[in-house]
Amino acid sequence: MFDIAIKALPARPGVGYKPQHFKDILENPTPVKWLEIHAENYMGDGGRPLAQLRHLTERFAFSVHGVGLSIGGEDPLDEGHLARLKHLCDWLQPASFSEHLAWSGHDGMFLNDLLPLPYTAETITRVADHIDRVQEVLGRRMLLENPSSYLAFAGAEMPEVEFLREVARRTGCGLLLDVNNVFVSATNLNFDAAGYLSDFPTDLVGEVHLGGHAVDVDDHGAPLLIDSHGTEVVDPVWQLYAGLIAQTGPLATLIEWDNDVPDWSVLAAEAARAARILDLAA
Amino acid sequence: MRQDAFTKALLDPTLAVPEGLVDAQGRPAGRRFSVYRNNVANSLTEGLEQGFPVIRKLVGDEYFKALAGNFLRAHPPTSKLMMFYGAEMPAFLADFPPLAHLPYLADVARLELALRESYHATDATPIEVEVLSNLAPEAFISARFKLAPALRVVVSRYPVWSIWQANSVVGVPAPVMRPEAAIVIRPGYDPVAHLLPEGGAAFVGALQAGQSIGAAVDLAGEGFDLSAILGLLIGGGALIELNEET
Repeated sequence: MFDIAIKALPARPGVGYKPQHFKDILENPTPVKWLEIHAENYMGDGGRPLAQLRHLTERFAFSVHGVGLSIGGEDPLDEGHLARLKHLCDWLQPASFSEHLAWSGHDGMFLNDLLPLPYTAETITRVADHIDRVQEVLGRRMLLENPSSYLAFAGAEMPEVEFLREVARRTGCGLLLDVNNVFVSATNLNFDAAGYLSDFPTDLVGEVHLGGHAVDVDDHGAPLLIDSHGTEVVDPVWQLYAGLIAQTGPLATLIEWDNDVPDWSVLAAEAARAARILDLAA
Repeated sequence: MRQDAFTKALLDPTLAVPEGLVDAQGRPAGRRFSVYRNNVANSLTEGLEQGFPVIRKLVGDEYFKALAGNFLRAHPPTSKLMMFYGAEMPAFLADFPPLAHLPYLADVARLELALRESYHATDATPIEVEVLSNLAPEAFISARFKLAPALRVVVSRYPVWSIWQANSVVGVPAPVMRPEAAIVIRPGYDPVAHLLPEGGAAFVGALQAGQSIGAAVDLAGEGFDLSAILGLLIGGGALIELNEET
């Protein structure tokens, strides 16, 4: 259907690109083989952001990760935004484009957060229609990422994995499996993370995300984990990841660190930890 | 549970958590919904803090947080491009009674927006200095220049540039009350704000409107220092295309 394969990124570690790491990455990329950018940060007309990408694209494979399409939104897709996305993808020619199973705006407003969806037949239809449109405009297959959940919907009709599998079946999209999100959601909604991963259609996974989370409690004193992307990946998430990779073989794996961004050496050390796990499965 | 009700409750913490949102035991979501409320408010507030560092310094961190809370509820983003979020801030500040005693804030916010726009503006190649120096004086006077997309001018009744400068750079003298115009130019990739000399805003505005150098000088008024402003424009790579009169 599309000429972009699901597993087009190198099955090695990548990191979320931050401009402050530009020099360090070029001087000492080990073990990072590819970079991910948030699409919306590179939709300006010019200047340093795009100049840095022009430079980096000679050395690294790229993943474009959208945070603003609102694929789960009740509103129609923002065609102007989709056109900007196409412009960016046509220019950068990334190995992969991904977005979230979430909505992020309503009634012309953009809320700059990934908001939750009820897993129902109605939502499947809406999400699948939007993904069809995105893939049609971009002329490429996209990956859809599982969210971090803080609450559930009383009206949910199916588990998340079943929902994702059905959306992928209808649209031909691939999946982005965020293992930290699985751990966060499993803790918050009281399900078994390892069981979720063993149900997951891993043949459709084109990319894995690993990130850190913050810890809070809910009204009843139960743990409430928040997907903050502001710390190291925790050990239980590394264990889930190692178990996953042992089964699937190497997968492109991103270290996601968006807030309180550390020095390059800290990020590279996280990527090196992923590299060791990938090496074991190679 | 529709997204309309969810959105309203996100932006208005006095509203109840929408129905149908629960925890794993089926109990009302409560604080779990607040995670989304906090995420939205915090991420938009951070965007404004990064976009308006001088306004933040002028009113203080705590005050700015409260101000941002008011602003983001009145003007939630309408674009996914957070790099440009806050375009309504000057008008919002001009019409915010608790800050009426700081009437220059709106113009400082305009200058901060101009710097951000400049940073993301289209790249352009400046005219080579030799091309300019080889122009005969008459040809130069009648020449029309296209200016770089990264150029911005902010005109104010207040010392907008001096206030911005005093709160961005250490060891700069305190502003004196006077009208000022600032120009933002981008040599390379880093925008810089300079104080425009008397008549400078009229001069640059005339060039932007496609007028010749000679006509622009006339509009700038008496005593206008042409060489000073040409130094700024050339040094900042702001002259990008030359159209000689034929």
